[in-house]
Amino acid sequence: MFQSLTDKFDGIFSKLRNKGVLTEADIDAALKEIRIALLEADVNITVVKSLRDRIKVRALGEEVHKALNPAQQVIKIVNEELTESLGGETISITYNSKPPTVVMMAGLQGSGKTTTTGKLAKWFKSQGRNPLLVGADLQRPAAVEQLRTLGRQVGVPVFSENSDPVTVASKAVEEARSTGRDVVIVDTAGRLAIDDELMEQVRQISEAVSPDYTFLVVDAMTGQDAVTVAESFNDKLNLDGVILTKLDGDARGGAALSVKEIVGKPIAFAGTGEKLDEFELFHPDRMASRILGMGDMLTLIEKAEQTFEQDEAEAAAQSLMDGTFTLDDFLEQMQQLKKMGSLGGLIKMLPGLPKEMRDVDIDDGELARVEAIIKSMTTIERAEPSLIDASRRARIATGSGTNPSQVSMLVKQFSEMQKMMKRMGGMGTKKASKARRGKKGKKAKKGGRVTAKSTARVSEKGTKVRKAPLMLPGLDRMDADDFEKLASELEELSE
Amino acid sequence: MEPILIIIIVAAVVAVAGLAFFFSRRSRRVEIEPQERAQVGGRQSGDTALLEREAPGDKAPGETTPGETVDADPDVVLAEESTVPAVADEVIKPSFFDRLGKARSAFTGYLGGLVGAGALDDEAWEDLEEALIRADVGVQTAMSLLEDVRSQAKEEGKDQGEEILGLLKTRMKAEITGKDRELIIDEGKTNVWLFVGVNGVGKTTTIGKLGKRLVAEGHKPLMAAGDTFRAAAAEQLTMWAERSSVDIVRGNEGGDPASVIFDGIKAAEARGCDVVLADTAGRLQNKSNLMDELSKVRRVAAKEPGHVSEVLLVIDATTGQNGMTQAKVFAEAVEVTGVVLTKLDGSAKGGIVFAIESELGLPVKLVGLGEGVDDLVDFDPDAFVNALFE
Repeated sequence: MFQSLTDKFDGIFSKLRNKGVLTEADIDAALKEIRIALLEADVNITVVKSLRDRIKVRALGEEVHKALNPAQQVIKIVNEELTESLGGETISITYNSKPPTVVMMAGLQGSGKTTTTGKLAKWFKSQGRNPLLVGADLQRPAAVEQLRTLGRQVGVPVFSENSDPVTVASKAVEEARSTGRDVVIVDTAGRLAIDDELMEQVRQISEAVSPDYTFLVVDAMTGQDAVTVAESFNDKLNLDGVILTKLDGDARGGAALSVKEIVGKPIAFAGTGEKLDEFELFHPDRMASRILGMGDMLTLIEKAEQTFEQDEAEAAAQSLMDGTFTLDDFLEQMQQLKKMGSLGGLIKMLPGLPKEMRDVDIDDGELARVEAIIKSMTTIERAEPSLIDASRRARIATGSGTNPSQVSMLVKQFSEMQKMMKRMGGMGTKKASKARRGKKGKKAKKGGRVTAKSTARVSEKGTKVRKAPLMLPGLDRMDADDFEKLASELEELSE
Repeated sequence: MEPILIIIIVAAVVAVAGLAFFFSRRSRRVEIEPQERAQVGGRQSGDTALLEREAPGDKAPGETTPGETVDADPDVVLAEESTVPAVADEVIKPSFFDRLGKARSAFTGYLGGLVGAGALDDEAWEDLEEALIRADVGVQTAMSLLEDVRSQAKEEGKDQGEEILGLLKTRMKAEITGKDRELIIDEGKTNVWLFVGVNGVGKTTTIGKLGKRLVAEGHKPLMAAGDTFRAAAAEQLTMWAERSSVDIVRGNEGGDPASVIFDGIKAAEARGCDVVLADTAGRLQNKSNLMDELSKVRRVAAKEPGHVSEVLLVIDATTGQNGMTQAKVFAEAVEVTGVVLTKLDGSAKGGIVFAIESELGLPVKLVGLGEGVDDLVDFDPDAFVNALFE
């Protein structure tokens, strides 16, 4: 997600970092590169110009000259401006006091409206609501059929009939009222912003159901045109926000930056995968961190919170540190982990990961193999892997459909990991004090920034992260150097 | 992936989870966050079984007998040859320019100031670059094009806006003209045209429109609903097949796409169809397992009696710079033979295909200019370049 932009900024900033004092020429050179990076990321050219001007004014101003470390200061400015452009606050949905709360979806063809409608229904369900889906896309062949399939998958009823979109939408609201559904999500046909007839139709739907929220669905791969489209839809429908789809691709997502800046509507949600629960509230501050290569610990922590049982996780963390973590515990953790989403997605949220590790191609099937190997061990073997000799190894390999060398590799790596985790706990302790002084610590900065820009709940968490206690394995306090060291140690091991 | 990495991640998540709970326990002593809790509960209970993609290579499709999967369900076999009389003359192919005209009229005059404004100053050169960038041609491509034109203009002593714009257009047209844009149907073979691309670009719709066009040209196409992943994709294609009176072969949702397409090829051979229009599920090019699956589909489609004569990458005109990555990755995975540019009737100009053509040499073969069944036309490089500046 946003990966290539991250890499670009990495490069630009590392050039700056090597300089003690920044001249105007240094800043101009960096700004030129930032301009290209942003344009290549599909940020709208108008936005690029104004971003560049704003960064320049601030970068040449007092705050940089007086700073102890000018390069860090410039990076901070870029980050703040990006966060500003992405839309400062996370949207919070307020429900209509007279149910149902009506949500309307609009967008171009193929932006992912129908899929997003299904995902949104699932999200509302997870908030304890009773949504009703409405198939008002009577244009695209089988669009309603697609919505019905999605409705079945998320366990939400779908209302549609073969009349016209305006009638369908109005009837659906009535239907929701009489059946006690408190949220109505209307899927509409995809349309071009320049198609007056269809734009008029969507306006009529909107008028008929007077939605509490109107979302424009925008594909993260969209280029310069995203702004034109958003402006046209906003003229007709008065949007409340944008839902960004296909963020799991490698598109640089500049459309996200542009729409907020020009149309003034925030990004409300983001679709991050093909599974129906790969959909989340959009946190602009976190996204800016991710773009700047600083990871997204808050989202990761939230995901973990939703997945793991508290006692279990605490016990596991404890046993990990005092080295009593067994393969059984490991297996359990792995199964929980799978619920959190794809490994690739999780890795990208880890802060400070070097480029090589971010780019590693991750096959979730690998997890299954490791799982199979552990499951083919006896209880005693799992508790005491050193028991595993050649004949046990052969049995385990047969049982799991792998080969003995894979089994011994897993056992070896597991014991190395045990040692490593203990060491990492110590490493984190050392690093933490350093990070707080803000010399090298990305984490300390991250916490502060989050606090400044986001909603109360998040900022509270941000502060918490910064004040993390030293008792736990300090992965969140490791920086890129630590990871590199770790990675090279691991490479030696696996050879 | 190295198993070792998984282990790191697992460890990391354990650590993170431990952290998270340490704090959530702490904060709950102080305050209660009902909304968040509700969300936690909802997520856990709302775990629904979802369609998972089949991992590639779990089934050897060559061994699949046509009867084994859902082969040519009689219900969905539509239309016999008899309904295919010469409708050819009725099909009026809309001209590229006419159709663009409608979309562009609202956006003309962007570079109006350039023409007749006298000698170009730096600002005007910047405007020119901006116009290219706004059309999604890409900043690097725009910069190098303008550098070339600048030195050429200097050489030829040209400095008037109109002249420069002319030079630029000529330069751009030269990049992309002279390519073979013909869609290939080899006679006496069961040709397969494979349609690939990311999600939502219009693959299924393109096949639907193309079916009618091929029928009108006297061919006998058959559609294979190889998108077994997206909900109701096969239904969507079936409706198109009905509209254009073309046979269709479909499989089960969640089934193996390669075998559905292979069944389609077998059915096409049996019924004497000369071209199989094979749909595939949209996939983002950075999902390597899905790209592997697609390579497999292509390999299977090339098995006897299949003859893959076109692999068409469908790109949405609204696509920005990511289009280049799409083209590179798809070309590597499935040997793309051409590009279909869809949704060019909107306000987007599809400039990225200029970069794709000039850098990768992939010819754009078809353009989608509207929602009607006849709105799929041949690509016209001249009109395309002119339209970029309107």
